Formats: sequence, structure tokens, C-alpha cells
Amino acid sequence: MNILVCIAKAPDTTTKIKFNSEGNSLDGNGVSWIVNPSDEWYALVRALELKEAAGQGKVTIVTVGTAEDDSIIRKALAVGADEAVRINLSPSNATSVAQQIAAWVKGQSYDFILTGKETIDFNGSVVGGLLAAYLDWPYIPLIEKLNVVQGTASMSRDIGGGTEEVEVQGPFVASATKGLAEQRIPNMRGIMAARTKPITVIEPQSFPVTIEYVNFSLPPEKGACKIIDADNMDELVRLLHSEAKAL
Amino acid sequence: MNLFGCCILKLKHFKIFEMNILVYIDLQNGRPRKSSAELLTYAQKLAGEGSVTALILGQSSEDVSGLGVFGAQRILQVSTQELTHFDGLVFGHIISEAAQFTGSQVVLMSFDHSGKAVAPVVAAKLSAGLVAGATGLPQGMQFPVKAFSGKALANVNVLTEKIVVALTPNSIQAEKNGTSVAVESWTPSEIPTSKIKVLSVNKNTTDIPLPEAEKVVSGGRGLKGPENWGLIEDLARELGAATACSRPVSDIGWRPHHEHVGQTGITIRPNLYIAAGISGAIQHLAGVNSSKTIVVINTDAEAPFFKAADYGVVGDAFEVLPKLTQAIKKFKADQA
Ligand SMILES: Cc1cc2nc3c(=O)[nH]c(=O)nc-3n(C[C@H](O)[C@H](O)[C@H](O)COP(=O)(O)OP(=O)(O)OC[C@H]3O[C@@H](n4cnc5c(N)ncnc54)[C@H](O)[C@@H]3O)c2cc1C
Ligand SMILES: Nc1ncnc2c1ncn2[C@@H]1O[C@H](COP(=O)(O)O)[C@@H](O)[C@H]1O
Repeated sequence: MNILVCIAKAPDTTTKIKFNSEGNSLDGNGVSWIVNPSDEWYALVRALELKEAAGQGKVTIVTVGTAEDDSIIRKALAVGADEAVRINLSPSNATSVAQQIAAWVKGQSYDFILTGKETIDFNGSVVGGLLAAYLDWPYIPLIEKLNVVQGTASMSRDIGGGTEEVEVQGPFVASATKGLAEQRIPNMRGIMAARTKPITVIEPQSFPVTIEYVNFSLPPEKGACKIIDADNMDELVRLLHSEAKAL
Repeated sequence: MNLFGCCILKLKHFKIFEMNILVYIDLQNGRPRKSSAELLTYAQKLAGEGSVTALILGQSSEDVSGLGVFGAQRILQVSTQELTHFDGLVFGHIISEAAQFTGSQVVLMSFDHSGKAVAPVVAAKLSAGLVAGATGLPQGMQFPVKAFSGKALANVNVLTEKIVVALTPNSIQAEKNGTSVAVESWTPSEIPTSKIKVLSVNKNTTDIPLPEAEKVVSGGRGLKGPENWGLIEDLARELGAATACSRPVSDIGWRPHHEHVGQTGITIRPNLYIAAGISGAIQHLAGVNSSKTIVVINTDAEAPFFKAADYGVVGDAFEVLPKLTQAIKKFKADQA
């Protein structure tokens, strides 16, 4: 079993976001970086479990990113991935990320590809779908279960207000969501082993630019919170109706 | 002088801007989703002098000509059996062909479960710039979006001729600005065979899905246990709201996974978000801070959530929730 897992770098979830004075990029001062949660907790761990259950195979991780991201890649290797590929480009949008990964995958032979549900910085949840479209593989978003038996993958996916059980033969792309696996905390051995695992760096291909993120800003601050007496819920309802127009 | 003249020309050109827009209407239990009206209102405003076509894939259980009321000038429907099960690749293929067929520069869909699966396919097929999660109308070619899990705003500048826009639910107030139009049945040249075999579908609710809900009542660890969720559900029922919860609540299994909101759960932006017994950690706020009005009920006056709230009640949820439910009942009776 030869599995590819797409790993993104993300600012730690407690990060207070700031931007540079031009508002065109994140002010990286004081930001600590993590492996994007759903990539690490669900996609990567399920890939490792399937490989372990099969008793053979390989889990490769791929990141579109610069040399600065190697520390994040090492974290994912410490969780247990066998090897890493880094496509040497600072990721600017989902289309470009998916084009780069698709170009790499075309020369390889992965059984399937897992992505996370979404990145917590761009929140597009579209890289997986784009990747599948470029490869012309089926795409199963938001899977909560995944089993592979003799080349047939069976999955349970969240369809919003319910789930769907599906089956796919041949290569596919799926995005991983909560329930697929449990987070694994890397142990010392994993961390040591990760230091010597290979990271293959490949240069990006060139594609026309489709979109660019401009003018980042912080949302306007909330006004002061109005405190309402716990015994006067009629007053709260009145304010929700006449002031907030929420009722 | 010359330069100046050129600018004016450009401005003028901008005024008579027109775009043909194709709107993908997703069916839920055979009916257009609530977001359809928002999408069509958005499309009509964006189109200017251009046309707005609604596209329905699959068989509907009710008359859909009413979509015209929200701005669809033309309604195309592909009602074949093959489209009973959603497959982003298949649906995206047909939508792309419909975009060519209608000469549409913009393809619009909702930024929800199915929109997130078709938008990338359409964008890839049309070599279009993809705006995932627009939150309003663009200025020129710059579309507003959220970034960093709602902790920031950004604009996406689109450089391509064709554009795919997935619109965040509850981003625009639906307006009735047209009349019903006849539904045309349309046959695409090809319907690819799905490679995904659907074995079973289990719907756990017929309610409005959480991301589309206009009102949401949410509970946290302060509610002490799943047996107390009746308090949340009673209030939600009275308001016609969906229910949600904080992450630990779904981790412990008090509530199902799909109710978990926040940075690692679902992102919502309802008109009204009522949070009881939730502290307001930064990861929770990331999923709910775009709600228009936030009400927080917490025993601890220092709970961080109050800083992000519009209205706060310092008190015990076990007492406050029933009182609020009663007050809503009374309000509804007075209105009736
Ligand atoms: C990487 C990462 C990602 C995360 N993602 C998310 C996410 O997506 N969503 C999310 O919600 N969390 C997320 N978290 C967890 C988050 O940090 C908080 O731990 C969590 O939101 C706390 O949940 P809570 O408010 O229900 O519980 P608590 O923090 O335990 O707060 C309970 C609150 O209830 C109040 N209370 C107690 N009794 C009563 C009563 N009788 N009446 C009224 N109030 C009462 C208390 O004063 C307290 O404020 C994440 C954490 C990490 C590290
Ligand atoms: N720069 C990147 N490199 C590798 N994979 C990525 C990158 N960005 C996003 N992904 C993958 O695509 C998923 C969805 O990302 P997004 O569409 O940005 O929400 C993530 O969970 C990752 O698995």
C-alpha cells in the first residue's frame, strides 16, 4: 500500500494574528507553526494505521513549501511517515498547491491520496477537490472511516446532517475529518528517527497565476458586551428583537 | 492628459459592466436549499446587465419555477436518474458544460458540503480563478473572504477571465426581485459515470444543516452532561434554531461530531448565536466570531467569551436557559 498524505503548515491555533503594515502578509513574529491539525491528526494517522494493518507499504507526505517548512515536515515524519517530498514554493493559493502536487503525482504510483479537511489559515477545503480534478480521480470529501480490502476502499463520509457509505476502486483522493483516527503524540524514538528520514526537494513547475490574496486585515472590534440581569430574560428578548434585529 | 482620458474610459467601462452568471442550485431532499435565494440575490447584483441562469441537477420534489422570484432569469434542470447521488466530479463536469452553454463568466455555488466538492472541479475544468468562501460582493475583481479561521479578513484578487465563486451561507440577505420563470429541461452532451459506488445514505436529521442555520444554540462543558441537553434543545426548538457544541463536548461523546463548532470543527455565521456554559477559548471563537449577534450565558463573569459577545448573562445556565425559553414563548405569543 503506497499512500500519499498532503501536509500543510499552519499557525498554532492559539496564535493572535497580525499583519505587516502593507497588509499583504502575515507578521510571522512570535508565530509558532504546527502541522495543520486535520492533516496530522486524521489523514496521516489513518494512513499509518492502514499501512501497519497491511504489514507492508509506504506513507509519503508531500508539502508545498519552502525550506522554512522542513521543521514542520520533520514533525510529521516523527509521527511515523516514511518519507517526505517538498515542492519548493511558498504556497499562495489552493489552485497553485493542487497543480504542483498533481504534477508530482503524475510521475508516481500512489494507491490513494489523503488531505485534511481544511487548512486553518486559508480554510478553503478545496485543495483535495482540485487535486482530484487535475488527476481525474474521484474525490470523497470529509471521510470519517476508511478501510481498504484488496484494492477496494470503503468509506463513510459526512454529508451534512448525515453520513454516506461509499466504495471506490482504483486511485482516489479523500479529505479526512474528525473520527477517522485519533491523534498520535510522537515519542522520542519517532523524533530521533525523523531526523534521518529523507526529504526529497523538487522544484515547482510554472503555471499561470489565477488568484492572489491581498489586503489582509483584522475584523472590526466588537463593541462592549451588554450585561443583562439573569432574572430579566424578557429584557434580553426585547433587545434581541428591537436592537439586534435577531428575532 | 492622455493617461487621464484612459482612466475615465476604464471607469465608464466598469459602469456598464455585465457578466453572465450560472448559479448551481443544490437540492436537499428534493428541494432547493435555503442558500439558493441568497445565491440568486448575489448573482443578480453581480450580473449588472448580464444574465442569471439557475442550474438544477437531479429530480426535484416540488415546483422550482419560484427561483425566478430571487433573480433567476432562466432555470435549467437536468433531471435524470443518474444524478440521484452526488459526486463532485460528475456534477462539476455538467456544471462546466452548462457554463459554456450559457456563456457564463461566473459560476456561483454555496460554500457548503456540495459546493466545496463541485467548485474545485468547475474551476479546474474552466481554468477559472477560485474564490472559496466569499463573504460579500466584490469591489472590482476583489472578493472579500475570511482567512485564518475567521481571525482575519482578506480580499481575493481574481486574474482569470472566468471565475468560480463559492459563497459563504448567510453572507447576503435574500431579496425578491423577479418573477417565476418556466423551467427548461436541459441535456448535457455527456454525463460521466461516477466511480463512487454509494452503498447507503443515513440522514440523521431533516433539519436545517448547522452551517446554513440562521440561529444556533450551543452548549459547552458547563452543562455538565448529555442528560441536560434538553435545556439547549428546548430553547432551540422555540427559536427554530440548530444546536451546536464546543469541542470537548463532542470529544467526550455528549453530542455528535457534526455539532462541534470552532477552528477544528464547523465554521458558522448565523444571525444569532447563543452560547451556554462555553468559556470562549480562541479556537472556539474562530468558528463562531462572524455571527451577527452573540449571546453568552456563563456563571463566570471573567469568562473570555464575554469579550466577544454582544449580550451577556452572568448566571447559571440551568436557571437562565429555561427562563429565556419562557421569555421567547411569551414574545412569540405577543407577536401572534
Ligand atoms: C488545536 C486545538 C484545536 C481546538 N479546536 C477547538 C474547536 O474547534 N472548538 C472548540 O470549541 N474548542 C476547540 N479547542 C478547545 C478549546 O481550547 C477549549 O478547551 C474548549 O473550547 C473549551 O470548551 P468549553 O468552553 O465547553 O469548556 P470549558 O473551558 O471547561 O468551559 C466551561 C465554561 O462553562 C462555565 N460554566 C460552568 N458551569 C456553568 C453553569 N452552570 N452555567 C453557565 N456556565 C457554566 C464555566 O465558567 C466555563 O467558562 C481546541 C484546542 C486545541 C488545542
Ligand atoms: N501547502 C500545502 N502543501 C501540501 N498540502 C496542502 C497545502 N495546503 C493545503 N494542503 C492540503 O489540502 C487540505 C485542504 O486545504 P485548503 O483547501 O487550504 O483548506 C489541507 O488539509 C492539506 O491536506
